[in-house]
Amino acid sequence: MLSDRRPILLTNARIIDPSRELDFAGDLLIADGVIREAKRGIGAAGVPEGTEIVDCRGKVVAPGLIDMRAFVGEPGAEHRETLASASQAAAAGGVTTIICQPDTNPAIDEPATVDFVLRRARDTAIVHVHPMAALTKGLQGKEMTEIGLLKAAGAVAFTDGAKSVTNAQVMRRALTYASDFDALVVHHTEDPNLVGEGVMNEGEFAARLGLLGVPKMAETIMLERDVRLVALSGGRYHAASITCPESLEVLQRAKDLGLSVTASASINHMTLNEVDVGSYRTFCKLSPPLRAEEDRAALVSAIASGLIDVVMSDHDPQDVETKRQPFADAVPGAIGIETMLTAGLRLVHNGEIDLPPLLRAMSTRPAELLGIAGGSLRPGSPADVIVVDTDVPWVLDRADLKSKCKNTPFDEARLQGRVVRTVVAGRTVYEYV
Amino acid sequence: MNIAQKSSFVLSHRHLLGIEGLSRDEIIGLLDLAEEFVDLNRQIEKKRTSLRGRTQINLFFEVSTRTQASFELAGKRLGADVMNMSVGSSSMRKGETLIDTAITLNAMHPDILVVRHHASGAVELLARKVDGSVINAGDGAHEHPTQALLDALTIRRNKGRIEGLTVTICGDILHSRVARSNIILLNALGARVRVVAPSTLLPPGVERFGVEVFRDMREGLSDADIIMMLRLQRERMNGSFVPSSQEFFHYFGLSEKKLAYAKPDALVMHPGPMNRGVEIDSSVADGAQSLIREQVEMGVAVRMAVLEALSRNLPNA
Repeated sequence: MLSDRRPILLTNARIIDPSRELDFAGDLLIADGVIREAKRGIGAAGVPEGTEIVDCRGKVVAPGLIDMRAFVGEPGAEHRETLASASQAAAAGGVTTIICQPDTNPAIDEPATVDFVLRRARDTAIVHVHPMAALTKGLQGKEMTEIGLLKAAGAVAFTDGAKSVTNAQVMRRALTYASDFDALVVHHTEDPNLVGEGVMNEGEFAARLGLLGVPKMAETIMLERDVRLVALSGGRYHAASITCPESLEVLQRAKDLGLSVTASASINHMTLNEVDVGSYRTFCKLSPPLRAEEDRAALVSAIASGLIDVVMSDHDPQDVETKRQPFADAVPGAIGIETMLTAGLRLVHNGEIDLPPLLRAMSTRPAELLGIAGGSLRPGSPADVIVVDTDVPWVLDRADLKSKCKNTPFDEARLQGRVVRTVVAGRTVYEYV
Repeated sequence: MNIAQKSSFVLSHRHLLGIEGLSRDEIIGLLDLAEEFVDLNRQIEKKRTSLRGRTQINLFFEVSTRTQASFELAGKRLGADVMNMSVGSSSMRKGETLIDTAITLNAMHPDILVVRHHASGAVELLARKVDGSVINAGDGAHEHPTQALLDALTIRRNKGRIEGLTVTICGDILHSRVARSNIILLNALGARVRVVAPSTLLPPGVERFGVEVFRDMREGLSDADIIMMLRLQRERMNGSFVPSSQEFFHYFGLSEKKLAYAKPDALVMHPGPMNRGVEIDSSVADGAQSLIREQVEMGVAVRMAVLEALSRNLPNA
């Protein structure tokens, strides 16, 4: 911890609170781990004694980010990432809450494992951590987990991680049962048979590289199936990572029907496209794969309009051995928790999206969907707050990243804007100097 | 008869990883140089000394008889010390990564590495880790540049030109590195390229490769000057991509009847090894219009030309 919990006054800030659709120049006072007030002209006079006063000089003050999809290797893959290292990376990226994924070893499919993760996080992590639990035992897609007990133990949602539940009957029952507990089911929508041996987006570019493609329909067909099952079961459903306009069409229809269907997109799919694979860059090998430029642009518009609810990092640390391989043999995944806001600012600077809707998708919406605190600057909310310099130019050197693995697609990228302070529960856990 | 070397063509790249990236002039330079080696290879005395002192390692992660033999002969005729390593006897089987293998071999100071690998892009990945020249002897479904060069040499010697010819490539385009390299090369030299295949064996987006796409042999072969047949892997003809080898042969196999759709002087090529009765009928493969044996001969000459042209660019110190 860089500092204690003395009160903090952030002055001369551009305060953005997506939970109340506020965007104004003003001050924010934090004390006792909660937000006291956010308004114009609090002034140094009216604050408690000993308050740390920070002149933000026009920088953005916003709710801390909630990363709804991040892989942390604990338990079982601590060489890739621990809760401690993930939380350091998160803090440096402005993420004050990590939603970790259950595809660990063993999988998070029992209440005791949820408890283990929560205790490890309490002892080692500098940001909040909430695990998702497995939807099916051992992520096998066959039998549902103890959804009620897992939720009571602290699981905020249920997912089989990067695996799809191919058996529609299993999916239907899980959705139906989960609805009794108002549990959110998060699903990776990719039909593994249609994916087949595919390793990147299907199309001319893959064909030229001699790589087999993954069709967009592998995703959209699965999403379509799920939406029909939600109509049948009435559960709360969230598509984990959608990538193309065809899926947006399905999502729009589901929302128009009033179904409880929401979706995320990863920051990678919003800021990169298939051309970034270039000459077989394995750091750009992702699941689902990076799509074409028009798909990327459609995703960004859907974030701006709110059709896609959440932007997440899909943080997936992979060590050198799994990535220093021919493209088809390399394991998919990229780290991103530390760079997701910075990468998102690219879109803001390019005029593709405004900052408030981007922040809403990275903080307010995930808090609402998961039913957790945070994502708001409303007085009384937990003091999970970030200060962002949206303009400072810098070049990313992956050696500087705090994650244990360095598989970032943004190595040597020229970036503009970064998090300069991260406050979790009133404590400053990261400061960029 | 001693043949004096006339071409002083130098390939100003460190590696030959694909046809993509070669200019038209570079392709022609290689073909002209190869012509000289064709003559040399027909002599009793076939030995040159231009690669004397150089070490060439043929690193084959995928089994190959003819390509490996062709590169071995080419290197030896130019005076290089040639070593063959194939996956069956290498530590790749013990879990060593491609990059570790590259680093290990590099420490032995090979001047030239000839590499074949089952994964697209693997040869390029390896090339980044070594100091010598790397020649791609086939990577996945990506490229097989020396095959395209030897095909071009064979065509040019028989037709006197490549520009303006209609070349039809038939069969498993989806999985074929030979098709990709040939499409790029033939386009660069001004041929009209067609592909014919069932839709399951066509890569999505192939129509943007600069080819005309056909699903019917009669249309695709009509007025063709050159017919290139591709090998169909056994595991792809049992219902996964085509229903059976019989059905494939019925619609896409090159029989004498289908050959008659092409120009009367059309010539037939195949990169080998052939599946007789699957993609090509024996009577066509062994017939008067077949260039298949000549392709093998041209293979050695083209590989000598590539080795020679790359080695002229190697450091001499």
